[in-house]
Amino acid sequence: MLYREAGQFKASYMQDQQIFPIRQDQIGFWAMIAFFFLVVPVIANQYWLQAILIPVLIFSLAALGLNILTGYCGQLSLGSAAFMAVGAFATYNFMLRVDGIPFIAALLLGGLCAAAVGILFGLPSLRIKGFYLAVATLAAQFFIVWVLVKFGWFSNYSTSGVITAQAVTIFGYTFTTPESKYLLTLSIVVVLALLAKNMVRSSTGRKWMAVRDMDVAAEVIGIRLMHTKLQAFAISSFYCGVAGALYAYMYLGTVEPEGFNLDLSFRILFMIIIGGVASILGSFIGAAFIVLLPVFLNIMMHSAIGAFVPANVAANLELIIFGALIIFFLIVEPHGLARLWQLTKEKLRIWPFPH
Amino acid sequence: MTFFFEVLIGGLLSGVLYALVALGFVLIFKASGVFNFAQGAMVFFAALTFVGFTEVLPGWTGLAPGSGAVFWLAFALALSSMIVLGIATEKVVLRPLVNQPPITLFMATIGLTFFVEGVAQGIWGTSVRGLDLGIDDEPVMFLMDNFNMLVSKFDVIAAAIALVLFVTLAILFQYTKVGRALRAVADDHQAALSVGIPLKHIWAIVWGVAGFVALIAGLIWGARNGVQFALTFTALKALPVLILGGFTSVPGAIIGGLIIGASEKLAEVYLGPYVGGGIEGWFPYILAMLFLLVRPEGLFGEKHIDRV
Repeated sequence: MLYREAGQFKASYMQDQQIFPIRQDQIGFWAMIAFFFLVVPVIANQYWLQAILIPVLIFSLAALGLNILTGYCGQLSLGSAAFMAVGAFATYNFMLRVDGIPFIAALLLGGLCAAAVGILFGLPSLRIKGFYLAVATLAAQFFIVWVLVKFGWFSNYSTSGVITAQAVTIFGYTFTTPESKYLLTLSIVVVLALLAKNMVRSSTGRKWMAVRDMDVAAEVIGIRLMHTKLQAFAISSFYCGVAGALYAYMYLGTVEPEGFNLDLSFRILFMIIIGGVASILGSFIGAAFIVLLPVFLNIMMHSAIGAFVPANVAANLELIIFGALIIFFLIVEPHGLARLWQLTKEKLRIWPFPH
Repeated sequence: MTFFFEVLIGGLLSGVLYALVALGFVLIFKASGVFNFAQGAMVFFAALTFVGFTEVLPGWTGLAPGSGAVFWLAFALALSSMIVLGIATEKVVLRPLVNQPPITLFMATIGLTFFVEGVAQGIWGTSVRGLDLGIDDEPVMFLMDNFNMLVSKFDVIAAAIALVLFVTLAILFQYTKVGRALRAVADDHQAALSVGIPLKHIWAIVWGVAGFVALIAGLIWGARNGVQFALTFTALKALPVLILGGFTSVPGAIIGGLIIGASEKLAEVYLGPYVGGGIEGWFPYILAMLFLLVRPEGLFGEKHIDRV
């Protein structure tokens, strides 16, 4: 009854092309923004901010990056963690070696470095696709981590390549409290997510989708394959790179190259499968799901068994549940949780009538 | 020069083992068009199940630990678990995903990988176990005396087992009725179905055989490096092997394995020192990637033609 677009007329092209054409969606969106910017920092405690909300936001950004490449452009990548590592280490080096560089500048430059590396490893995508490309991105995964471990310059010659994030200062304000870090992360993620949303609904995104659906056909209608694929690789890696830098600076504080392993890449891939392939909203839902699942499982196990659950049992159970969920989602709902939300909205529009 | 040949032979022998893992991928890909990422997890599962049974069987049956009876009983039990796993995978995971794009199937097998790893460790624990096949890891005396080369006896025997397996499978594929049916299914599912080949049985057989190959690979790798989680990473090395050899070719898997094995060892020994070592971890992938730029379908793969 409430969620209905009857009576909402669009009188200009601008109104017709807005991201949320239905007024209720707009209200919902602004309410969410207000809630996460104004209410959450006040009501959430340190644990929620530091251990859940910040990682969810960061992984959403990484998932967004992978979604651009895999979901929209159809190029399966198993190396997203490596691009995160490039972003983190590049940002670290810019902060370290360039005197007085603003954090945001270092962050963007780190993202650009990741984009450059992404283009390099995206080059094979011009010749190969599908599984072959997935294996080629594995090369990126192993090679980049190896380079970061082996060459001390990247980590300023610390043992085993561990880097410790410098303090982040913007306009004289130092970000130390979880609340401030949360707000900074949230702002960056919201800006980049809006950018991504606009990219995928403009000609850029349409080109990606054309390439994904059938690259030969896309080429026939005049889309430059090389340009489009490399663009997707660059933008995707940029997002992953920024996410990696935030992962180091806003979340963990201390990271090592081995932390950006294949496992993390798979985790990000799972986020987009569960959240929704080719969906901006899905990246957020998927990231929240994957971050919250272990926490939730832990609570469940404690309340079910009562006693202390050994860490390795919990870890194995997590593996089993992750695996089963992936298979379940692929079989039951290949478009992920975002699709469920979309179905709910469609049902709501005609509610209480069945058709 | 002796040293060069020592490294080369060592590399070739370990390449045979990569090929063994790759063979499992090829079998399933040929017959059902599924790129089974979980093959590595299956290798791990097989090895762990075998070791687990050898540990618990003496307690259950009263047989002497380490005796031949325990070995064969554990082998039989592990093999049947692998076959059950394979058939269950086919029924539960892949049957409902028929007609989905290949990339969806691929992601489903990644999910399967996690599931199988979790189940294996959940049942048998996470500790590293030794696996003794009764083959000593000592240099072959003949080569030692005549050519002054250090070549492990274990590697030679493992390679011999692998070769026997390759030949058996080749004969099975080429000359038996089941083998003909398998090849027909690989060529065209629908055509095979229409001439009366029972597709479901064939897929069950393929997954069973892949489970068997995974068990052999798991035993040999496990005996060499210990049965541990790292086994799944070793299995990942089969991916560049597949790329070199082509996804659909059994001889390709073998030759790809030999090339990867030899080149990674030679690169480690001769290039490694210049860049700080440890390049074995990524060299095969980069090699495969560069190779793909020149020949996207692999050495023996079928050329893919795109039509709009």
